[in-house]
Amino acid sequence: MLRQIEGSRGVAETVARCRPEVVCAYPISPQTHIIEAIGAMVKAGTLSPCEFINVESEFAAMSVSIGASAAGARAYTATASQGLLFMMEAVYNAAGLGLPIVMTLANRAIGAPINIWNDHSDAMAARDTGWIQLFAETNQEAADLHVQAFRLAEELSVPVMVCMDGFILTHAVEGIDVPEQDDVDAFLPTYEPRQVLDPAHPISIGAMVGPEAFTEVRYLSHLRQLDALELIPALASQFASAFGRESGGLLHTYETQDATTIIVALGSVLGTIKDVVDRRRDAGERMGVVGITTFRPFPFDEVRRALEGAERVIVVEKDFSIGYGGVLSTDVAMATHDSNLPLHTVVAGLGGRAITQHSLDAMLDDAARDHLEPVTFLDLDLGIVELERARMKAQRHSGPSAENVLSDLGVVASRIG
Amino acid sequence: MFQVRFHGRGGQGVVTAAEMLSMAAFDEGRFSQAFPSFGSERTGAPVVSFCRIDDRPIRSREPVIEPDALVIQDATLIHQVDLFAGLSREGYVLINTSKSFDELGLGDFLSTFHRERLLTCPATELALEHLGRPLPNAVLLGGFAALTAQVTLDSIAAAINERFKGATAERNVAAATAAYQLVKREEEELARASTN
Repeated sequence: MLRQIEGSRGVAETVARCRPEVVCAYPISPQTHIIEAIGAMVKAGTLSPCEFINVESEFAAMSVSIGASAAGARAYTATASQGLLFMMEAVYNAAGLGLPIVMTLANRAIGAPINIWNDHSDAMAARDTGWIQLFAETNQEAADLHVQAFRLAEELSVPVMVCMDGFILTHAVEGIDVPEQDDVDAFLPTYEPRQVLDPAHPISIGAMVGPEAFTEVRYLSHLRQLDALELIPALASQFASAFGRESGGLLHTYETQDATTIIVALGSVLGTIKDVVDRRRDAGERMGVVGITTFRPFPFDEVRRALEGAERVIVVEKDFSIGYGGVLSTDVAMATHDSNLPLHTVVAGLGGRAITQHSLDAMLDDAARDHLEPVTFLDLDLGIVELERARMKAQRHSGPSAENVLSDLGVVASRIG
Repeated sequence: MFQVRFHGRGGQGVVTAAEMLSMAAFDEGRFSQAFPSFGSERTGAPVVSFCRIDDRPIRSREPVIEPDALVIQDATLIHQVDLFAGLSREGYVLINTSKSFDELGLGDFLSTFHRERLLTCPATELALEHLGRPLPNAVLLGGFAALTAQVTLDSIAAAINERFKGATAERNVAAATAAYQLVKREEEELARASTN
């Protein structure tokens, strides 16, 4: 039933219907509402049997999830930003051990400077952990992806991270059809662990592996991710038959059939981009969009096919590898490397800066005039940057840049976006 | 699409107001989206929230930059925050105050807008009377329904009942109804004044 609810609420209710047996999480904005809601359901007995375990940190949250999953329980957790970094050692371990934990990542920037707002820096920091990473475009998709994530994780024995934009999705109230319990039960079978710690049949998990086999064990993890490239579209298709709507898959294309310019992006900004594209198509520009849902494993073949026929690709991404450039752009470039397709990186929305249609239009106007640089930063205030650069040049003790920039900007509470 | 921006201060239910408006529109079978401005929540700090209402699915996630309507829950923000940024000349403004626009120092500025779309509502006083607490958010939604006709008072009442329970819900509905009637009366007076 379609209801007007907060994204976090929709995800919490959907996760509950996936019947997790252990939920262990530490609250951090913007993930908090999800975990509060699940905690309340466990306390009220509406999510049962399920143990909600309070811990003192994210490191403990992931460690408990690993223990629970290894003991054969369906385990769920959620975090964001610094929380993900704090649990990072255990995040790698969960994947290396092949434990099918599902985690929501309410995407948020990473400090310093401390910033609670949305971007994709946290997800990118976990890019190489061995977790499958799925990105939701809407709150409906965020909810639906969790049902698919548990199935995917457990079939392959690989952990899955469902990324949803912090605040922009987690705190947005919109129509969400939370998957019905009977439908979820039919889609998601009882968890049958590939490996389980059972006192009656003792085994050990987590052996030390030396140079004699480390490569092989890692390669096996890689193969499981490649298997996911087959399984993810199959699950999305089964999901569509069972639930009557499209969610998940490797990527979504929009108006790409005749497009000469294609914009590639992850997550909720795709909605804003599509509105811009519709307007520009009405004005005669042949423009389309590729939204990448599965970021790890990266669907090289599908991306290459989706971009065939384009004359220019613009990757709009909410992350940035300092001293390097766009992270998603690099993957897209790998997918298209033999086609000499001009590729532009547009870094946008860092630390919660609003990505507006107005700014996207200005950037696309530049692109249409062939004025778009290979790497640009949407709405970058170069004047402020220059002030600090000049200060740094003039005096050795110029002080902390973050504080200096804020001081140059003055009061910002009056701003809308 | 009809876009609304709510301005207020932390603790005044600015985010809840946008959410309840979106629920009211949803109850009428329309598409709607509400979201906050994502600041660090602090009591008393300026807060902004947004609501979009449309007859087709809403995809854009940008903040409401060019609002069709502004709901100003705290008049002390007027000379502190760029409240009217992007407001269309056809736009609606509802301010929580018992003062006139001239008394607020807005007379000249607002003279370029449609006068009948700019109204005030003493929502804090109504809230104190009905709820015993200075929470103007649900109250102003009653005034918003009267001013813009984007949603009915019944849908606002349904949204309040969905969000709150028991006496709190009842009192908020009563206060929103009073605000609705006040704003309607204000509109009628303006209409009479313009025909005379």
